[in-house]
Parts: sequence; structure tokens; C-alpha cells
Amino acid sequence: MSFRFAEHAIDTVAARAELLDPGAGGFVTFEGWVRDFNEGREVTALEYEAFQSLAVKEGARILAEATARFPVRHALCIHRVGRLALTDMAVWVGVSATHRGEAFDACRFIIDAVKHRVPIWKKEHYRNGDSGWVNCEACAAAPAHSHEAAHAHGHEPNAA
Amino acid sequence: MTARPTSPTPTAAPRSPRPAAAPVFGLVLAGGLSSRMQRDKATLEYRGKSQLERAVELAAKHLPEVFVSVRAGQAADPSRARYPLIVDSVPGEGPIVGIRSALAARPEAAWLVLACDLPFLSDAALSQLLAERDPAASATAFRSAHDSLPEPLCAIWEPKSAAELAAYQAADGRCPRKFLMRHGAKILEPRDRRALDNINTPDEYREALRSLVGEASAAMQLKIQYYALMREQAGRSDETLETTASTPADLYSELKARYGFTLSREQLKVAVNSEFASWSQQLAAGDSVVFIPPVAGG
Repeated sequence: MSFRFAEHAIDTVAARAELLDPGAGGFVTFEGWVRDFNEGREVTALEYEAFQSLAVKEGARILAEATARFPVRHALCIHRVGRLALTDMAVWVGVSATHRGEAFDACRFIIDAVKHRVPIWKKEHYRNGDSGWVNCEACAAAPAHSHEAAHAHGHEPNAA
Repeated sequence: MTARPTSPTPTAAPRSPRPAAAPVFGLVLAGGLSSRMQRDKATLEYRGKSQLERAVELAAKHLPEVFVSVRAGQAADPSRARYPLIVDSVPGEGPIVGIRSALAARPEAAWLVLACDLPFLSDAALSQLLAERDPAASATAFRSAHDSLPEPLCAIWEPKSAAELAAYQAADGRCPRKFLMRHGAKILEPRDRRALDNINTPDEYREALRSLVGEASAAMQLKIQYYALMREQAGRSDETLETTASTPADLYSELKARYGFTLSREQLKVAVNSEFASWSQQLAAGDSVVFIPPVAGG
């Protein structure tokens, strides 16, 4: 079980190899990709930034929770930091399990929790030259929002 | 004798060590002449609060009721009139009169008596006094760290001391310290030795003020890291800051004012030393603080 960051393109072949297990009958992955639009704006690139010392702890807690809830063999999540172009992979989640059902459930749980809880921020660069931090700039105009509420309208992922 | 406002007498003191012990009320002595100070000691201020206010507030944290002891002519004094008062009801002078008047006003109660010139008085000292109280003694008092004599004006006086004090005063006794030395008082070694330092002169007041202000504004160094929108608004990714903020909440107010952060505190989380923390956590020198804007991984 591990959560880590990658400065360069995620090596999915090596990541998959970490989850191989003779007792695993199923393997599910999720890849988050950089998409060309978000909330009605044309996106040309993304920048990811993370508070890594806390993020790896929170990520490890999420993976531990996933394996406690679902009987999986192994789970791994790798998140990119730095500048990404359209179609680049932003995040990779892999889960191996005895049966496929747990693998699907755990994979979904992990990516959802990572988006909510891990201190990673995303700056979108737009076609018109503008840029903005997702979930931060719009919220700044609505200071009454709680942190959770701020998350709640930030769920439309542009890399999923 | 006046004890006002009148309130129901508690049947048991919630913090008494033994079930049979008398309830303890607080009595802050503010009837002194303050002759050496050359001004009213009760109104001396520390960190924006008068000495009297501080003593009453501290006592009220530990006791169900707190009264202020005054001489007959002081009951209308604005700095005193806001509190429930016990006006001297027995003849004579000095603190014994105040203590006896309180014992007479509530014969069923013991009184935790506090001078109002103890700027360093602490929760720890009052907790110790109450925890180690001996209701069977005439009084429970601390031993002074300076002269090893019992300190009568940060002490618990039990109901039985009323008759003993009356007899002592009738025999021309005036000094509550001597009374404690002669009668069966339980004497405690103060764990907070500075709590009983009193101040009587303008020099001592200035000294205490300097000391307390120094503690209150003790600046410390914190390491702050900024991410994402806040990094851009602060124009830096980290800094070491000299600050008097003692919690993340105070620190954010200070930095929001400095950098004009657009995010409100309600939108943020905070981490101290790379772990999520509460906004009211006490910060320590050298702590590393990160404010966490709404996240957007994936």
C-alpha cells in the first residue's frame, strides 16, 4: 500500500508490477487525464502542486482505510505534480484483489477520497491566457462556504 | 452586613474534597488602604484588566460564588459596585475584618480569601489550595516562598475560624498571619512559587507589569509554508516569521491582514508540523504551519 508523487510521466507498467499477487484474481485501475474543458472554459494545460509531507500521510491513510473496508490484496496511488499537457495522466490508482468486485469498489473509494482529502492543488490554464486555482478562486467570492461546501462544488474533476 | 445579590445557598461545594466539608465561596479583598502604593491597588491594571477584575475572574473559575470585600464607604465605588459585595460588618481594621464579615454573612460556608494584589496568582495555585484543603483545620494556607510564614490572603478559611478570629481580635490581635501560626492551620508548600508574590509599591507594580507583559507578548519564530493561491498572494513559498500569534487562528488573521489573502478562514484547513491541526491549538516556537486552501487533486 503506498501513495506517492511523480515529477514525470507515471510509469504504469512498473506500477502494475507492484500489485501482482498469485492470490489476486482481479486488478482494477483508474487513470485521471487532463481534459480540454472545465466548467465551460477551454483548458490548455494544468499545474499540480502538493503539500507533500502531509499529502503522503493522508494518502497512506486513505489506502489503509480502503484495505480495511474492502478485502483487497494491494493498492497503490501515484499523483503527478508539475505542469501537465492535455491527455497527460494526472493520477493513477491500481488495486488488486481476490475478486473483481472488491477491486472496483476499493478503486472508486480511493480516487474519491484522494480528490477530497489530500492537499493537492490544481491550476488551470485557459485558452484565453487566464489561469485559476480550481475550487479556490470561485470560493473566494463566497466566504460563507465551509471547507466541505467548498469541496462539494469542486467535484467536477477535469482530470477524470 | 450585606451579601448581594442574594442567591440560593448551595447544599454542597462541588469541588470539596470530602462530602462533609463546607462549601467554599470566594472573597476578594478590596477594602485595603493601599497606602504604600499611593493609589487604589484594586484598580491597577495588567494586560487591560484591573487587579480586582482578574482576581474575581480567576476565583470564579474555581468557585460557585465570588464576593468582593469592601469597607462601608466603598460600596458605591464603581470599580467595586459591579460585583456581589460583602461590606465590613464587624468593627476594627485590616483584612481580619473582611474575613470575619464574610464568615458572618454565610456561617455555613468556608471562604477562599484572596488579596487583590497578587498579579501572578494562577489557576494552578487555586487548584492546589482547593485540592489539598483540610476542612477540619481552621484554615488551609500556603507557606510563603520568601519568609516561610503562612500566607493568610490566599487561603481557605473554614467556618470554625469565625469564633477563633473573634476571640483573637477581642484580645487585640490584628495580624491574620500570626493567627494562622497560632491556630491549627494546614500549611501547604506552593507548587507555583511565584503565585503569591504581592506588590505593594509603585516599583513592584512596574516590575510585575514588565514581567507579565513580557510573557504575554513573547514573540516566537514560526515557519510558514504557502501553497497554490496563497503562495501567489503571499508572493513567496515559505518564510520564518516572528509573531505573537499563539494559535493558527490568530496567525491567519495576522497574515491575512498582511498579504490580503482572499480565502476566509472557514474555507481553509490548517496543518502544524505536517499534520492536520485545530485552529485553536497552542503554537510553540519553531512550529511549521501550513494553511490548506480547498484541495483539487485528481
